Order: sequence, then C-alpha cells, then structure tokens
Amino acid sequence: MDLNFTPEEEAFRAEVRAFLADKLPVRLSDKIRKGQHLTKAEHEEWHAILHARGWLANHWPVEWGGTGWTVMERFIFETETALANAPRVLPFGLSMIGPVLLKYGSEAQKKQWLPRILDGSDWWCQGYSEPGAGSDLASLKTSAVRDGDHYVVNGQKTWTTLAQYANMMFCLVRTSTEGKRQEGISFLLIDMATPGIEVRPIKLLSGDHEVNEVFFTDVRVPVENLVGEENKGWTYAKYLLTYERTNIAGVGASMAAFGELQEIARTQRRNGRPLSEDPQFAARLARLEIDLENMKTTNLRVLVAAGAGAAPTAESSMLKIRGTEIRQTIDDLMRRAAGTHARPWLPESFEGGWNGEPVGPEWAGPVATHYFNDRKLSIFGGSNEVQREIITKAILEL
Amino acid sequence: MDFSLGEDRQMLADSLRRFLADKVPFAVRKTAAFEGQGWSREIWGQLAELGAIGALFGEDVGGFGGSPFDVAVVFGEIGRALLTGPWLATLQAGHVLAAAGRTDDLAAVIDGSQVISYAEEEADTWFDPAGITTRATQSGEGWVLDGAKTVVAFAGSVDRLLVVARAEAGLSTFLVERDAPGLTVRDYLLIDGGAAGDVAFAATPATLVGEAGSAGPVIEAARAWGLVALAWEGVAVMDALRDQTLDYLRTRKQFGIPIGKFQALQHRMATVALEIEQARSAAINAADRFSGTRVERERAASAAKATIGKAGSLVAEEAIQMHGGIGMTWELALTHYAKRLVMIGHELGDEDFHLARYIELGHELATA
Repeated sequence: MDLNFTPEEEAFRAEVRAFLADKLPVRLSDKIRKGQHLTKAEHEEWHAILHARGWLANHWPVEWGGTGWTVMERFIFETETALANAPRVLPFGLSMIGPVLLKYGSEAQKKQWLPRILDGSDWWCQGYSEPGAGSDLASLKTSAVRDGDHYVVNGQKTWTTLAQYANMMFCLVRTSTEGKRQEGISFLLIDMATPGIEVRPIKLLSGDHEVNEVFFTDVRVPVENLVGEENKGWTYAKYLLTYERTNIAGVGASMAAFGELQEIARTQRRNGRPLSEDPQFAARLARLEIDLENMKTTNLRVLVAAGAGAAPTAESSMLKIRGTEIRQTIDDLMRRAAGTHARPWLPESFEGGWNGEPVGPEWAGPVATHYFNDRKLSIFGGSNEVQREIITKAILEL
Repeated sequence: MDFSLGEDRQMLADSLRRFLADKVPFAVRKTAAFEGQGWSREIWGQLAELGAIGALFGEDVGGFGGSPFDVAVVFGEIGRALLTGPWLATLQAGHVLAAAGRTDDLAAVIDGSQVISYAEEEADTWFDPAGITTRATQSGEGWVLDGAKTVVAFAGSVDRLLVVARAEAGLSTFLVERDAPGLTVRDYLLIDGGAAGDVAFAATPATLVGEAGSAGPVIEAARAWGLVALAWEGVAVMDALRDQTLDYLRTRKQFGIPIGKFQALQHRMATVALEIEQARSAAINAADRFSGTRVERERAASAAKATIGKAGSLVAEEAIQMHGGIGMTWELALTHYAKRLVMIGHELGDEDFHLARYIELGHELATA
C-alpha cells in the first residue's frame, strides 16, 4: 500500500499549478469563485488557453492532439484546475462527441471534426433526451428518414444543455421501428443552422437558462454526417456513457467547494460563535468531510485499477452517486450557513461586472440558486437510480 | 500509488485464511463462541505459531510486522472467519508494552504463552479515558489498584491484564496477574460471541508499565491501533454480509422469480455495496495516516470508526431485512456476522463519539 503520488506526479502537479498561476485569468477565476455565469466568449477563452498549452484534449490520443497523460495525471489536472477555480472544460465536444468519433468515426469525419473541437470552431450540444425518453433513452422517437443523399429529421429533443451557444449537435435518431428498440437508433451530426431547427429556452427552477428544447421539422442532414453504421447508434451512445468516467465524482470541484464552506463556517457567526462551533452544523460538516475523504480514496482506487487496465462499471456508478450526493450536501450546507440571507434573489448579481450592494454576506448571494440548480446532478448523466441499476446488474449477475 | 497489500502480506492473509477455514469453519466457531470461555486457547496457540500475533508488532520489539497494513491483514481474516479471542486487547496491550520497552512481556504474548487482556473502560467512562477512576497507589516498592473495569475482553480466561488506572501523577498503565489477590471477575458471554468480564480490584498488586502519569499519549496510540484493526475487521464482515446477501437475492424465489429481480431490493443492495466501498476507503485512510502527525492519525482513525459505525449498522440491518424471516434465525451464519458488525460499533467508541472527536481534532488542526 502506498497512497503517495510519485515524485513525477508531484512534479506534474507543480507544472499544472505554475501554468494556472501564469495563464488562468483572475477575471475568470473570480467569476467561478463568486458563482457567476460565464459568457460564451469566456468559455471559449479558457478552452483557447488550454489548447495553446496542448492540454485541452487531455484524454485524446496524442496523434489527434491529446496529451498522452496517465489517468493519475488527468486526475491531478482536474483537481488542480478545480481548486484554482478554473472554468470547467465543457464536455460536449471534448469528452462526448470527440471520443465517439475517435472510436467509431470515419477518417474523413475525424479529420473534419476533431481539429474544429480543439480550435473552438465548433460548439457541440447533445441531442439525446426527449420528452418521452429520459432514463428510458431507447424509447426515443425523433425520426430520420433517408431521402437520396440526406436524412430528413423530424421530432423534438429536450434538456439540451447550452444549445443556445451550439452550432453543431450530435443526435440520436430513430431510423427503424423494427426489431428491438435499441437496434433502430442512428447517430447523426447535425448543423444547428440547418433550416427547420428551432431552439427554445427552458427556464430552470433556479431562474437559470442552461437547457433548451430543440425542435426538428424536415431538417435535411447529409448522409456523410452519419457516424458509423445506420441502426448501430445505441452502441456508440452507450460507449459515450462509459467513456472517461474516472472523473465522474468531481472530487476536485467538491474539494474546492468544501474548502470555501469550511472558511465560511469559521467566519460566519451564529449566536455569538463561529458556525463551525455550532454542534449541529459542525456534525453535518464533519460527516461531509469524512464522506469526501472516503470518496477521494475510493476514486484513487478506481483510477489505479483503471490504470492497470480494469474497466470500471459498478465503481463508476458508485462514484457518480456519491460524488453528486456530496456536491449536493455541500450546496445544502452553504444554504443552511446563509440562514435568512439565502432568500434574497438578485439574478443580475450572477453576471460579471455587477457592482451592486449584496444583501447579507457576498458569498450568500448565489447559494440558494446553486442548491436548486444542483438538484440536477442526481438526475442527469444517468439518474442516481439508473446508476443503482447498473451497480446491481454488475454485482448481482442475475 | 498502489492499493495492493503486497506479496508478503498476501501470503500471510492466505495462510491465515486456509488455517481458519480448515480449523474454525463456521459450525465450529458458532459453538466455540458461545460455550465455555467463548474462545479456543488451542487455536490461539496455533495462530501464534503461524505468526498472527507477531504480525501485529514491529521487529524492533520482537514481532515481525507492525505496519498498520499488517494489522489490517490479520483483523481482516479474523473478521472473515468471525473468530473470537482477545485479539483487539492483545493489540492494544501489546502496543502499550512495546512503548514501555517491556519486550520480555511482549515476547510471551507474541509466542502465545501468555494471553493478555486490556482493561481501560469503566462503567462511567463512555469511551473517554479522562473519566477513569480506578486508583493506583504506591505501596512499598510496588503499586496497588482499587476500582473496577467493565466489559474487559475474556477477563475470566486470560493470564494477565494491562490496566489503565489513575495514579497521583495521572493516567498510568499496569500489569496485573489474573490470579492476583484482591482481583475478582464476573464474566459473561457477549451478544456477538466471545466473552468479557467486569473486573474489580481491591488493593490488588500491580506492576507499573512505563512512567507513572505518562500513559495518555500511549493509550491514545494504542486505541488508534485498535481502531485500524476494528475498521478492517468491520470491512471484512461487511464483505461477507454482502456476498451472503447477494447469494440469497440470486437464489431465493418469491412470486416465481429470484427476489434480486425486484427493484426495491436492487437499490438497497446497490447502496449497501457503495457504503462498503466507502468504508474500505476509510479503513485504508486510517492505516495510511499512521505515517502522519498525531492529529492526522487520530482524525483518520476517528473518521474510519465513524464511517464503519454508520455503514456497519446499515449493512447489518439491510442484510437481515433482505433475508426476511430466515434473517432472524440463530441458524444462519449471516445473522452472526450482522451481530458482530453492529457490536464493532460499540467497541472503542461509537459513531457519535468519533464524530465528536473528529470535530475536536479539526479545531486542533485549525488552530495549530
């Protein structure tokens, strides 16, 4: 047993830290720390900074612009960037469609799309969920009918994250209604500027606009935008769901958020003493910290196993469940720490450059918004109930 | 980073596992744990020969292990076999002897010729040695003890006791012979098998171990060893409960299908599996942090005990629940594992105690 990082890994950590100190604009990390929204341009700015260093697609093969990092190096990178309040790298291009194209795309598709993900030419969104196909994704109905050298797409996608910024969508469509439901699904790349596509915002309970509905009316998609084979899309979609899940627990982001929570608990006073000395709050905080420490070690165990060639299935699902539970608990304690000041809602304060007067402590401004917004964590990416199904399937073998 | 136990420890684990499967299969264990003294001295001697006791202590004090991960291996196998005996007491008492340089006494423990127990807790201490009232007074060249200890492991059948008592100078540790004058034992069985006893001292002669008044840090470290041991024992018991429950979910049929097909049970099982992995991580952390500062070591030990306490109740209760009626029977091995797991929660401080301690240590860390 040896839980230490190697000297090489520590040197790598130092390199990442130096890079962040040098290249991460304070303007961006300030916004992340304050829980403010990033603009499209700010997301693109951070991607460009990472790309310039060659660190954007850190899990891609080197020949396509990846870094060749080990799983442990990727973990260190994710942790350090999160602790430095760097923006998260959006997954849609880099971690979703990129890996699918790398595994199943044609040479022409790889050459066309992969460089454009790296240089920021394309902003991808994910066309999976539909109003009638959530956890039961295989029941999706959006249809694609072959017409000459095009597919004609009709139907509706929903919960499409940041579709308002996207110019491309990777989309699951039904190309056959025969046989098993899973066997009639195809994987299409769709230009969002194609006539017949309409994006409508969905306002979330927190007031945020992150997700959208996307409607398709006779949308013509060239057949060369079919990934792999027709009716094999389910295989590719599933691959995407199992790929690169070693960071699914979000350990780094939770460590950063926990650090902030601890600081608040030490400085915020309740009944004349710091919140950290309130027995009820201290107990909640301690349970959370213990859970986080345990999860960190569980995550490292999974990484070491993955580095040795194991393919984590049940373990990834465990990390997804516990990782999201922990994040939601942090949000929950932040909200509790704010007391009455969790209630005022000043949406304008979530945008950069806001110079208004906060109500109560500045940190309390977005806590309730984050709490409500992060209820999504246990719902998306395969709900935590779906993850439990995956775990039992793996260990019960029934 | 490496999470494997390493070849030597794996060999120790394998040899203990083979021995225990052969000599103490569950039917034998069940009888031995609830009859007579609640343990087998013969098995104890054989395990000492196999090196199970020596593995708990470093070479510098006459053992041949002494890493927290060695302790992890031994207690993991004890948990898997649900073996009874003064293992935890030996670990704690042995580390007190080692800290005081009493290697001759320790050697007799390691070779199995002297069996020792550890008497710290009293009726009102509630896991905290600060409340210890057993009194040690100097008498001529030696010392005498007056007071009472409770739930002392196998007090009726060991050879010696390592007793924590309060001298004028403060907390101190003493060796007391089991047949010393003025020492009386009321012994009893334990709900999860094995035995313990209430021990009373009336001017009982005792030998001071270490310096009078300096036992605080020593018994704290001994407890940390014990917490690592219990964490790994607990995880092994959880693994056994999970495997037995999975097996039952696969084979038990109701409504014409295996009950494992029912989503209500699947989700409960998934949560059980997840909590066990978290508990395993906590046990690893506790062993690993022995190489850190005192506060790091103590915090990780308390974190592990709080985790094992919480997960342990859940895993035990769910294992019984998912077995239904049969899960209520003495007959089933599973129920004995469940009892052991819950009772581990009552040794060396429960979940609440260690959560509070973790918070206290956190304040120490913040102000350090």
